[in-house]
Amino acid sequence: MSAAMGQLPRLLALVPYLLSRPGVRLAEVATTFGISEERLRKDLNLLWVCGLPGHGPGDLIDVEFEGDTITLSEPAGVTRPLRLTVDEALALLVALRALAETPGLFERDAVGRALAKVEQAAGAAAGAAGRVEVSVEGEQRVLPVVRGALQDRRRLHLSYHVPGRDETTERDVDPMRLLLVEGRSYLEGWCRRAEGVRLFRLDRIESVQRLEAPAEPPPGATSRDLSQGLFRPGPNDLQVTLALRPAAAWVADYHPCESVREGPDGELVVRLRVRETGWVRRLALRLGSQGRVLAPVELAEQVRADAAMALAAYED
Amino acid sequence: MQANVAGVSAKKTERLLNLVICLLATRRFLSVQEIRSAVPGYGQDTEEAFRRMFERDKEELRELGIPLETGTNSHVHEDEPGYRIARRDYELPDITLEPDEAAALGLAARLWQSAPLAGATGTALLKLQAAGVDAAPVPAALEPRVGASEPAFEGCLRAVRDGRPLTFTYRASGGKPPSSRSVEPWGVVSWRGRWYLVGRDRDRDAERVFRLSRIVGDVTEAGPAGSVVVPEQVDLRGMVARMATDEPRLTARVSLRPGTGWELRRDAGASNPDPERDTWTIVEVGFSDPERFADRVTGYGPDAVVLSPPQARAAVVERLRGLAS
Repeated sequence: MSAAMGQLPRLLALVPYLLSRPGVRLAEVATTFGISEERLRKDLNLLWVCGLPGHGPGDLIDVEFEGDTITLSEPAGVTRPLRLTVDEALALLVALRALAETPGLFERDAVGRALAKVEQAAGAAAGAAGRVEVSVEGEQRVLPVVRGALQDRRRLHLSYHVPGRDETTERDVDPMRLLLVEGRSYLEGWCRRAEGVRLFRLDRIESVQRLEAPAEPPPGATSRDLSQGLFRPGPNDLQVTLALRPAAAWVADYHPCESVREGPDGELVVRLRVRETGWVRRLALRLGSQGRVLAPVELAEQVRADAAMALAAYED
Repeated sequence: MQANVAGVSAKKTERLLNLVICLLATRRFLSVQEIRSAVPGYGQDTEEAFRRMFERDKEELRELGIPLETGTNSHVHEDEPGYRIARRDYELPDITLEPDEAAALGLAARLWQSAPLAGATGTALLKLQAAGVDAAPVPAALEPRVGASEPAFEGCLRAVRDGRPLTFTYRASGGKPPSSRSVEPWGVVSWRGRWYLVGRDRDRDAERVFRLSRIVGDVTEAGPAGSVVVPEQVDLRGMVARMATDEPRLTARVSLRPGTGWELRRDAGASNPDPERDTWTIVEVGFSDPERFADRVTGYGPDAVVLSPPQARAAVVERLRGLAS
């Protein structure tokens, strides 16, 4: 968590922080405030010369930092931090409410108590937080079982629907993490069938069963880095180019595209990578006359063949 | 040069900190001249330079949310108002969190992934820690994240926060050309991972929901802060959900090949064997818009056949003819 505070607000927080923690380690304070130890020493040197009008020896902030600990004994009246701003109150309260409304994710009671206390402390600044809402699909049906297995390190058996192939698969999974990303919840775990780390969207889990066996992801199983988004194309993914008429432009909103450009006649030409051709075949069918597969040609041909076969069922 | 700039900024921070300490310590309002003599850094300049500096300093304190109070002491009649900071308005009230509450807060603080809310979360946590709250370990296996990559997010959030009307260019669905909208914003909502702006469209005089990703370019503030009146009991999330999903009003019967059409089966009310197609299943699924429903079923290609109602069946056949030709 980066906390880029300007120097003045940082000092105004630093004084009461140190006051409530006599003998705190310098390195710990620097980490908490997201600054270097050198920067912290400069801050402390500045505090040392500030104080109450008169600026006599008894009026100044008194802070000792010999060795690697800090003790502040005279705060010159700055005994409490400044109130939360509207933005700060909003950031915390909206996030806590989102957690409170996702039952089964975290002890609901604790979230509720924290929410009430922060709201109380924020006072008037809490008002705007009611105008921002975050809704997360918690999947109450399966979330508590998944969460419990994570906590107790137990293996799970899943009946899981794979949309790319439109089929249900059975697999044992060693849970690693529970992710709430972009409004949906996912289980990340070591899939013993695929022998790899996989993401399972909770709303696609048809049924879940907790097993007696302990969860034992192999040492090499690493969680994916979410900083680049949830889904990243693999080297073997198929590259598909679609031309979208305006009514199908939502495709570019919903799916991560490698490139999006305006084509002739107001069409959008998008390029995306797909792991399963089944999914993109269904997408192309679904778009009907609003979208065309430009490449690869075999895929376009396949879509045409699917449509002809489907049509035959209606013309019997 | 660099050292000089740093020196100037340290001098300024020192002056501002002394000013805050001075105004927090006083109960009565201090006149500008009293402040000048009490706070180091104001002494040596000319009166005019001092006044300019003091105006800028006041502005800076207010931007940080420091409640600078202006007034006159009742017993004296002065031409100019004085200043003070009321401790009860300045100080964060007492707050203590149990370890499980602190863990909940720590987890919540991980939610925001992008500016400006990630930054505000960081500074808020520092203030709480300065109030004596200790950070608690957060379960490492939980990763809640809410992004806000839409360029319009920050502007919309600010307008909602301040209660200011907005104008922006909006690309509506259905391929209509982008048009200018004038909106009184009531709230922003993240729903299924996407951000929406909810409010009253002034030109249409009606409630509207806008998807932030469809706002073209910058949003422009179009009125004073506090001028938007949000109706009481407005259900922001409900408005977004109603726009983004349609309530089923009609029922279709669809025959599905074994092992396919999982999402239709999941939503189905009843399912029975298909007497005409060996091993296939007929499911009954609710829908409201025949065209959208037809798009969905067409996606299953030869694995799904709509049996009824006729308009949904016809819509699928029309799509398939277009695709097959």
